[in-house]
Amino acid sequence: MNNENTIKANQSAKPYVAETPWLDPEAVPFIQIKGLSKQFDDFSAVDNVDLNIYKGELFTILGGSGCGKSTLLRMLAGFETPNAGQIIIDGIDMANIPAYDRPINMMFQSYAVFPHMTVEQNISYGLKKDKLAKAEIATRVKDMLELVQLSELAKRKPNQLSGGQRQRVALARALIKQPKVLLLDEPLAALDKKLREQTQFELINLQYELGITFVVVTHDQEEAMTLSTRVAVMDAGKFIQIDTPTQVYESPHNRFVANFFGTINFFNATVLSTDPEAQTLTAQLEKTGTQLEAKAEGRFSASDEVTIAVRPEKISVSQERPEGDHLTITKGTVEDLAYYGNRSVYRVRSQSGRIIQVSAQNNQRSEQLVLEWDDEVYLSWDSSCNVVLSE
Amino acid sequence: MSDSKRVLTKTYHQPLGDKLWRNFVIGIPYFWLLLFFLAPFAIVFKISFATPIVAQPPFTPLFDFTANASQWLLATWDNYRFLTEDNLYWVSYFKSIKTAAISTLICLLIGYPMAYGIARATSTTRNILLMLVILPFWTSFLLRVYAWMGLLGKNGIVNSLLMNMGLIDSPLQMLYTDMAVYLGIVYTYIPFMILPLYATLEKMDPSLHDAAADLGAKPWQTFIDVTLPLSMPGIIAGSLLVFIPAIGEYVIPALLGGIDSLMIGRTLYDEFFVNRDWPLASAVATILLIIVVIPIMLFQRSQQEQE
Ligand SMILES: Nc1ncnc2c1ncn2[C@@H]1O[C@H](COP(=O)(O)OP(=O)(O)O)[C@@H](O)[C@H]1O
Ligand SMILES: [Mg+2]
Repeated sequence: MNNENTIKANQSAKPYVAETPWLDPEAVPFIQIKGLSKQFDDFSAVDNVDLNIYKGELFTILGGSGCGKSTLLRMLAGFETPNAGQIIIDGIDMANIPAYDRPINMMFQSYAVFPHMTVEQNISYGLKKDKLAKAEIATRVKDMLELVQLSELAKRKPNQLSGGQRQRVALARALIKQPKVLLLDEPLAALDKKLREQTQFELINLQYELGITFVVVTHDQEEAMTLSTRVAVMDAGKFIQIDTPTQVYESPHNRFVANFFGTINFFNATVLSTDPEAQTLTAQLEKTGTQLEAKAEGRFSASDEVTIAVRPEKISVSQERPEGDHLTITKGTVEDLAYYGNRSVYRVRSQSGRIIQVSAQNNQRSEQLVLEWDDEVYLSWDSSCNVVLSE
Repeated sequence: MSDSKRVLTKTYHQPLGDKLWRNFVIGIPYFWLLLFFLAPFAIVFKISFATPIVAQPPFTPLFDFTANASQWLLATWDNYRFLTEDNLYWVSYFKSIKTAAISTLICLLIGYPMAYGIARATSTTRNILLMLVILPFWTSFLLRVYAWMGLLGKNGIVNSLLMNMGLIDSPLQMLYTDMAVYLGIVYTYIPFMILPLYATLEKMDPSLHDAAADLGAKPWQTFIDVTLPLSMPGIIAGSLLVFIPAIGEYVIPALLGGIDSLMIGRTLYDEFFVNRDWPLASAVATILLIIVVIPIMLFQRSQQEQE
């Protein structure tokens, strides 16, 4: 069976093009979390968190291990009682609703497949608890087994399954009750890399087809980028930034978020002047004195100390000084270079002594512009790529 | 030749001494079993086919080589036949099985919630609770049974307490009853129920309970559907550990039970030391062993099937 790990053979389904209900002030969130906190002894696992999730979203909570992601999810599912705050799902306050009565299902980090039940018994368990008619259970289980391609393994016990197959049992078991919200705690973490990438797309397709709101927890930023309509970046029990994948990557709010999503270069700078009208500012880099323009909302004023962040792939390397408007240009020497086939990575020491990382697409086959160690080069990037951070 | 290479060779080829040592270490428990279980049992088994005589030892040899070749073997089924004919033995076996079975059930009913509670406690309380379970083993078993006699007797602590409180007018007959035997057995063997149950419950993945609740199971349904079936190995192990020693129990029914509490241990004792009928006593012991071994074999079989 060559596609044994495929949830859906139909790979051509269009990726889900997100609408943007979070920009609409009229839209009513499907899940509202208000001032939610959870303490274990003196330790705050989740600290006064507010969050709105809209119907049909594939919402990702991203953060390092131990930052409180699972605890937040477990409060949503009803396994942990919050110390403070409110959870409203589809207009109903969940405070007094026990886990077994919530319109939510969860896929557990460890899958938590019942080891003493067959695949079929695992998947039908939720329907049996709902006291559905035998015939209906049978057809729905059959359909679900087909959807997750486990029909042939229906009579197997979990210990006779591979990791990927167990993952699909857990998914099917949670999906079969057609919940309003599906919570997924690190759904792909236990799979190997190849399977993980494949399953990512299957999850997106599945979510698109079923229209269920997904809340996914992950520590993998790449996974968060690929899957989500929006990402909440979490650290030490708090949300640092809640935005679309593009926004958290291109416009991080602070160094933590910027660093979380791949490599980024930071420069210390001083604001020279601001233009509130155009929402831009000019700033001067520390030591080199390079002047630059950047987009920025009105929260900065002249002589503020700021951090300018630039992604490595935004920077061009050249041996001659580039010409053009709105360019930020600085000089340096190539300290280190690495060739990865599709791209090359240069580490350039700027005149200020700082290492700047540059990632260049090798989009030409020619072997021109082969930079060598110790070459003097110009680094340049469009001013729109400058991200101004307050810290 | 470099040093690292030499180290490698050493790990690949275990010296003969290591292997011998390992076999020796593994062999000790088997040797122990052979010496102190199988050998005595073989002797008992042999005696069970002999005939009692007034002599030293008080039974006939199995072989008599002075006789004709056709009469060398003196073994006889008489003892076993006698066991089936005399009502006394049926009654004691039945009483033993019944007492052991009921005690096991009571141990299970009390022990399960205790084990569950211990498994769910925080790690510091858990250690304290486990200590408390094992604590009684630190004093002599006989002493503890005598303590129960002091508690349950006519003028014992329980009776005087109840009388002083005015709940009863005359002392209750508690000692020398079946109830006292059950109490003694449950009290003595309950740690053997709790510990294996605790071991299975403790290693059970708590997210399985969450998963059942998540799928709509109320707490009692989670218990029936998930906790109970998954703790079956612990239930079986604990039950065997209580049932097997309880069935042959001698001291507790002798000290706490009534004169009519004819458990097989008592019968066995009487045959050996009162009637001095060693062959018959050996037959009783052999049958007892068979009764005990059958459930163990069934358990082993079910374990193998599960794998
Ligand atoms: N039941 C608990 N008792 C005590 N501390 C807990 C408990 N559950 C989680 N924690 C603590 O709360 C923090 C957040 O845990 P968790 O939400 O599981 O993190 P994540 O899923 O982001 O890795 C961790 O430091 C963890 O040790
Ligand atoms: Mg977690």
